[in-house]
Amino acid sequence: MGNLLEMRNISKTFGEVVALHDVDFHVGPNEIVGLLGDNGAGKSTLVKIITGYHTPDHGGEIYWQGRKLDHLSVARAHGLGIEVVYQERALADKQSLWRNIFMGRELTRGLGILDVRGMREETRKLMHSAMGFTSSAITPESTVKTFSGGERQGVAITRALYFEAELVILDEPTMGLSLSETKKALDFVEGIRKAGKAAIFIDHNIFHVYPVVDRIVVFDRGTVAGQFMRNELTLQELTDRLYLVARTGHLTA
Amino acid sequence: MSSDEVARPLSRAAERGPASRFLRKYALQLGIVAVAIVVWVLFLIGSPRTFLAGDIYVAFMSTTPFFALIAIPLTLVVITGEIDLSFPSVMAFGMTGYDVVFVATGSVWLGFFACLAAGLLAGLLNGYIVVRIGVPSLVTTIGTQFLLRGAVMIVTNGQGLGMTEVQSSALHGALVGRAFGFVPAQFFWTVAVGLIVWFFLNRHRYGAHVYLTGDNVESARLMGVNVGRTKIITFAVVGLVAGFAGFVVSAEVLFFWPTLGEGYMLNALASVFLGGTSVFGGTGTIFGTFVASFIIGAINAGIVAAGLTGFWTSFIYGLIIVGSVSIQTVLSRRLT
Repeated sequence: MGNLLEMRNISKTFGEVVALHDVDFHVGPNEIVGLLGDNGAGKSTLVKIITGYHTPDHGGEIYWQGRKLDHLSVARAHGLGIEVVYQERALADKQSLWRNIFMGRELTRGLGILDVRGMREETRKLMHSAMGFTSSAITPESTVKTFSGGERQGVAITRALYFEAELVILDEPTMGLSLSETKKALDFVEGIRKAGKAAIFIDHNIFHVYPVVDRIVVFDRGTVAGQFMRNELTLQELTDRLYLVARTGHLTA
Repeated sequence: MSSDEVARPLSRAAERGPASRFLRKYALQLGIVAVAIVVWVLFLIGSPRTFLAGDIYVAFMSTTPFFALIAIPLTLVVITGEIDLSFPSVMAFGMTGYDVVFVATGSVWLGFFACLAAGLLAGLLNGYIVVRIGVPSLVTTIGTQFLLRGAVMIVTNGQGLGMTEVQSSALHGALVGRAFGFVPAQFFWTVAVGLIVWFFLNRHRYGAHVYLTGDNVESARLMGVNVGRTKIITFAVVGLVAGFAGFVVSAEVLFFWPTLGEGYMLNALASVFLGGTSVFGGTGTIFGTFVASFIIGAINAGIVAAGLTGFWTSFIYGLIIVGSVSIQTVLSRRLT
């Protein structure tokens, strides 16, 4: 069985800063991969390459379901079914909920003319079915700046789901969330597995990552320091190894 | 964070009920209409003879379009979080295109299209410098303001051009004629430009991207909005309309002055900001700008009617810009 996503020799430099150096990475079908690593280890850069936001340096190769991708743009990635829930949620605060849900992928009636009624209707449906908004104070016209952290996360996750993702990338989805909101986000990852889709889960908190992933990839200073299946290690062993990586840059002594 | 938690239930409560929801949604538009009515009543009381006669309103419809036409697309630029200060020079630059082509061919129509093309070109130049080279728009358009004015002066040698030939062309009646004998045609063009720009801003993907770009450029980029193209189109539209407005002004007075456009900067900017468009980008309405531009036009007439000298106009427009932007800033901090 081939991989859903495969990346080879991925490097990315910003001026003199080497964010990624010769990284090989893959995601299998229906696999949940956890990405761990310190700030600046290169996790977010890798994600932004997968989503077409950054272009890798020359020589890097990206394969999607076995086919090589040449010019991956954000629109192309959306077309393939790669969806991201960004750390910063990627919302536009002063805009209405429906404009946020359809940001960059507005429904149109042709010639670029917006199907405003359609987008409002879809948003209203999603509010009840996916976002779990029950308060009558929130309408598709509400601006998202009044939303709580959990509600904003709900908007970002719902947006990813709506467009029928094959691969969902969650960039620190639990950051700044309350205990119950965190549980919701983790349930969402479980839901991706049950739906037969794949996910990449990035988080600082290994206690959030460990229970829901199949495989863990550890990044350190722009390279893959190591990877292992979750059932090879206990949570304690994982913690010990991460301390080791932080000190030495290697997973094993 | 904790003050956030306290504030939220209050702002949520204010959203309840269809009436208060309507008020919130259209707060900007209702506010500007209220301002317009207050200003009008003040002038009615101050100089009833002037403001009860019809002539003053014909005058408004005649002169306000000169800057209202530009203020409308300028609103788009401000919503994207940018600014354009070059449009007064672009008006003259467009008319220089007319000047050159008309002198060479003797055709008013060819000259008119050259005027639009020159304006569009100037707008594209602004857009490319801002987006592709990455110079902040404030600096870019101050630079092109002088650059284009200089180009106008070099090409025309500082000489104006009589436009009596335009009077015999159909363009004159269509652009600056008097419908029903008294309504200036430029008023209808301003309404038309307002409706077209409103449509694209509110009912087209381009407009959705204008709002998203100005609201949070990083989010917009991450979600695949072509931020650069959106900004370039926006600058180009201002250039195109500035060229058009330059022609309308010149056709009205039947003369092209190389200094054309000077004096419209303050009026147009004051219209945009008084109309409720946020200087921080992401919010703004065409309706607000449209109504505000007529308030600005009325204030101009009111200053004269009240017997104040023209020296006051600059002071008062400056006050309006600083005042409306400050009020917006304070309100947006309070309401969130």
